[in-house]
Amino acid sequence: MSSSRLRSHRRAIPGATVAVVVSVLLAACGGGDDSTSGAAGSAGPDEPSGSITHLTHVDPATFEPYVAAFKEKYPEVTDVKIERLTNYATEVKTRMSTDDYGDVLGIPASVTPDQLPDFFAPLGERDELTQTYQWLNKSYEGKVYGIPDLGNAQGFLYNKVVWEQAGITDYPTTPDEFLDDLQAIKDSQPDVVPFVTNYKDGWLMAQWENYRGIPSHDPDVVYDTANSDAPWSGGGDYEVIDGLLYDIVARELIEPDPTTATYDETKIKIGSGEIATMAVGSWAVHRAGRDIEKAGLNPDDIGYMPFPVQHDGTFYAVTGPDITLGINVHSENEVTARAWLDFLVDESGYSQDQGGLSPRIDGPVPDVLADFTSQVELFALNPLPPGEESLFSDISTASGIVTNDGKYRQQIVDDARSGNRDKQEIFDDLNAAWADGRAQAGG
Amino acid sequence: MSAPTQADSPTPTTTDRPGAARNLRVPRGTRPRSWRATLTPYVFVGVPVGLLLLFTYWPVLNMFHYSVTDWDGLDRTKNVVGLDNYVAAFTEPDNLRVFYVSLYYFVASLVQMALALYFATLLSFRVRLKNLWKGVLFFPYLINGVAIGMIFLNFLKPDGGLDAFLTVLGLEEAIRQWTGDPALINITLASVSVWRYMGLSFVMFLGAIQSIPSGIYEAAELDGANRWHEFWFIILPSIRPIVGLQVILAISGSLAVFEVPYVMTGGGNGSETFVIRTIWTAFERNMVGLASAMAVVLLLAVLLVTWIQRRLVPERQVDIA
Repeated sequence: MSSSRLRSHRRAIPGATVAVVVSVLLAACGGGDDSTSGAAGSAGPDEPSGSITHLTHVDPATFEPYVAAFKEKYPEVTDVKIERLTNYATEVKTRMSTDDYGDVLGIPASVTPDQLPDFFAPLGERDELTQTYQWLNKSYEGKVYGIPDLGNAQGFLYNKVVWEQAGITDYPTTPDEFLDDLQAIKDSQPDVVPFVTNYKDGWLMAQWENYRGIPSHDPDVVYDTANSDAPWSGGGDYEVIDGLLYDIVARELIEPDPTTATYDETKIKIGSGEIATMAVGSWAVHRAGRDIEKAGLNPDDIGYMPFPVQHDGTFYAVTGPDITLGINVHSENEVTARAWLDFLVDESGYSQDQGGLSPRIDGPVPDVLADFTSQVELFALNPLPPGEESLFSDISTASGIVTNDGKYRQQIVDDARSGNRDKQEIFDDLNAAWADGRAQAGG
Repeated sequence: MSAPTQADSPTPTTTDRPGAARNLRVPRGTRPRSWRATLTPYVFVGVPVGLLLLFTYWPVLNMFHYSVTDWDGLDRTKNVVGLDNYVAAFTEPDNLRVFYVSLYYFVASLVQMALALYFATLLSFRVRLKNLWKGVLFFPYLINGVAIGMIFLNFLKPDGGLDAFLTVLGLEEAIRQWTGDPALINITLASVSVWRYMGLSFVMFLGAIQSIPSGIYEAAELDGANRWHEFWFIILPSIRPIVGLQVILAISGSLAVFEVPYVMTGGGNGSETFVIRTIWTAFERNMVGLASAMAVVLLLAVLLVTWIQRRLVPERQVDIA
């Protein structure tokens, strides 16, 4: 009953229409499989000149000042076209089945490490570049294929005024204390939502994935998880992180109806104090702050707090790349593309302007995060060892959990609200699926 | 299927066969011209058929190919894995649970038929402002599905239009989380679907009812039949093929539900349908091979239902509409 039935009853194929549309959609991403990476490093000029295209998911206006400065530095360069793809992850993947996907672009998360050489030009030796840059996760067999535009620390965005009014002056140090603090907010300010899940926007539910490594303070958490048959047990990171999410929801510290509120609404409400806390990367301090200011509220009311776990009295936060920029292996102007990439990450000040950590090890900390970094120790996760770069993502896909997608955490929220499965049942199911995925992916 | 009936008809139609046309119209000896006359229709028909093959059949063939590979949507190589994807499509519990959601939509479409039949019967009798009511009932079907999703997203959210309306009526107690309550969400979404498609069912029923000769009603009235008798003994038997057709459409439609739940909930809170899960498998889980197999399964299921429909409701009887 839910497809086009305008066609006369004689044909009666509404469902078939949808099926065909889906198949066309799926098939449209095909093709281009027999083209090999032949054009790499071909006939470009030696000095940056001409024009290049940069594919991005952010507002092109953001780049205007940097493009102007870049053209000033290299007068031969005629243009850097900034092309925005609104649904970046899906659209760029379709583009990548051709050779025409810009010169500089954000490497989508769905590219597995072993596919990097097929699509992106090598930028240098890993051993060398790690002296200068951090978070070089887009590497394969000792070569680096992308450099991050900026980095994020992982914690919680919160409204300082609301937390202070509840009588809380120190960051919570354990998950239980975090829950008690949220409860205190709920008790003292009944109109305030203590924690918003951002359930409706699945990509924000995926934020919880970024906390791994913090509870155990283990930079090898990805490797350990890939080699465990039961990551959701024994106080492991996944158990602590998803357990905290479950408890927040089960103790009814979240918005009454998680299925309706979008991030566009919640980011303003955290500025106005209608919402106290949300799980989001540190990029939000700057970007949500900007929108809060536009809405006529005070952006200084929001702050960033660490994940509630301490080791020897110290808070830790994992840092990681926001978007990792790569160069199209088929680019006809690789020299200019490389100059633009280097300019963005080294000289432009882009990361600081956007409120992010610098991809350079010696880079500055942005002002909006200075308070956070003065109280929290930052560390980055280690990449998987050579030869096993794709192991984690293979298991994640084969298991059907897809840890970097918001869906399975939405499921946790669903179960915590309805009581269909208790925490242990959820973890048992996840462990079983993970072990099954490991068996399939040869982990 | 109008072509076969034309071919079977006793009077030969020249347009069906270009060769025949040549013999009739063109005098002998002008061969080049007749060549052109022969080719012209093929040129005309060739363009749309070519486009159809290129943009519909070729992608579908591709999909059949992907469905037996482990392709992730990006990789340069596609390894053939045989029927593994089809096995996974039917054995993964998460892929089967979505069919349970389809039941809500199927039940809702029965409600939709009842409503449509009620209004169609009502409006087939003499009613004031008949055409206005017809327009009002049919209008929702003309709105784009994505727009409907957006409309109801705002209408049903907490403190949205529906809640405000209930408050005005003094029915605050009836207010629920229309999409937040897991026990309610599929009923809510299926109701939106009823709102959207009721107009179409209504028009189909109305067309069938209006094709009943008015003399039958007059005869029935002379025999002392009331409105209920007219409905039960005249209208319902006359439109039985349309009712059967609607049931079949309800089955295939409820398997392929997509736009409204995708826009309103993205498949969250237990509202995931088969098509939403297929899209997720292809683009979030990055298993285009498996997703293609699921799409093939849906295609075959719908073709099967359509085939059954054509067996149960032969062409000639449906023509009553």
